Amino acid sequence: MGKDHAERPSDASPRVTLWRRFPWRALQMVLQPLFNAMRDLAPIIGVILFFQTVVLHRPIPNLAGMLEGLALVLVGLALFVRGLEIGLFPLSEAMAHSFASKGSAFWLLIFAFLLGFSTTIAEPALIIIAGKAAAIAAGGDVIASTPQAIADYALHLRLVVAFSVGVAIVLGVLRIMINWPLQLCILAGYGMVTALTMIAPASIIGIAYDSGGVTTSTITVPLVTALGVGLASSLHGRNPLLDGFGLIAFASLLPIIFVLLYGIIIH
Amino acid sequence: MKLWLVTLLGTLRDLLPIVLLLFGFQFGVLRKKVEHPWRIGRGLLYVLLGLTLFLIGLEQAIFPLGELMAKQLTSVEVIGGGGAASFAWDRMGWVYLFALMIGFATTLAEPALIAVAMKAEQTSAGTISALGLRLSVSIGVAVGVALGCFRIVTGTALWLYIVAAYATVLVLTFYAPRQIIPLAYDSGGVTTSTVTVPLLAALGLGLAAAIPGRSPLIDGFGLIAFASVFPIISVLCYAILGQRSYKK
Repeated sequence: MGKDHAERPSDASPRVTLWRRFPWRALQMVLQPLFNAMRDLAPIIGVILFFQTVVLHRPIPNLAGMLEGLALVLVGLALFVRGLEIGLFPLSEAMAHSFASKGSAFWLLIFAFLLGFSTTIAEPALIIIAGKAAAIAAGGDVIASTPQAIADYALHLRLVVAFSVGVAIVLGVLRIMINWPLQLCILAGYGMVTALTMIAPASIIGIAYDSGGVTTSTITVPLVTALGVGLASSLHGRNPLLDGFGLIAFASLLPIIFVLLYGIIIH
Repeated sequence: MKLWLVTLLGTLRDLLPIVLLLFGFQFGVLRKKVEHPWRIGRGLLYVLLGLTLFLIGLEQAIFPLGELMAKQLTSVEVIGGGGAASFAWDRMGWVYLFALMIGFATTLAEPALIAVAMKAEQTSAGTISALGLRLSVSIGVAVGVALGCFRIVTGTALWLYIVAAYATVLVLTFYAPRQIIPLAYDSGGVTTSTVTVPLLAALGLGLAAAIPGRSPLIDGFGLIAFASVFPIISVLCYAILGQRSYKK
């Protein structure tokens, strides 16, 4: 039967040959990510349409502009996912393997700190949060209401958060190397957060909790995840699933602790 | 055109320190050749362009309407201003429903979560489904954001909720299968980035501004904290339920 199948194209009509020669695989490679992106975005479009038309009874403004924007979102998401698969993931895994095979723990930890610090310090969401936090502090007479004092406070807050993310990635990598159980580290961290929350001034608490969420950007997350998984799979006796994940958890927990501490010291 | 340029530069500034660091260490410290350099270069270019297009599209199609909607839903004439007693529950119901649905929908579209779920499915050789993980994270964010709005309306202390949520995480950690725990803890930090934060901030600030006695600066913050703790709970629950049905 396999032979039959192989011989068929030679005596097939040109139309069938054309059908067969059409690059279906290539088409699928383009359409599949677009289809996935459409599935991922359908709920958000549905929610906005529902509330705009059914609840608020308002027309959709600038429909053409919206459709154009949606097309950009779709193509962008599909491209981004493809870029992860062929670029960011393989690159960070290759680096994790070379660090592990070279056995240079010192350089690995330096790399981990720089990765956390450099990706956080210029994070736009953090800049916004730090600015608002400075305004609150000035309003609550914690710092002087001069522009200089406000700018200083915002910058210090950003430095504290970026430093804490650097330390978090270092601790996370150390955990993978030393093989500490993640639950203990994280639960100890939660314990610290709870204890510090009790003594921290009220105005810093919301900002501290939010700073844990805003530090991990869309490019950093895949990179750090692939680094952890790559490291765990190239070190002997580690389970990539059990030991490779967890870096992001550190990166969202430590900023809370550091900002709470900063608030306690300043106030 | 200005939006395009600003967005491209913004994404470039996000990517640049990472690329410099990666290549600096690759050539300066590790001194090892990268395999398929052109393919990886193309991938990084895709990441840059893809994220830029994604952000421009969001800015054009989703954010203006979503933020306007959050403001309209929390505006005084919709939820009924004039003293705390006049907040009719059925009017507030739309706010909670919006919080629930927008939390779910934005998280499902979050590119960072797509990346982590892809990696989890790949690492677990398919035993953890990427879509299942993303759906459970989205449900967690939805519940968290709705509860966060309820907190702003009632004006209870933020730390009470967070400590209770942490205690739940602690209890569930003992029951959950070991393999899911690191992933569950990670999913808390992943949910809050590009798509979710701007809309949640608009909702929280709008709600805090509309309700008398709330300070937008103090009560408006904190929704993101809800959105980072509750996915941990929902992913742990998802794994516990999955394990139960697998054993049967």
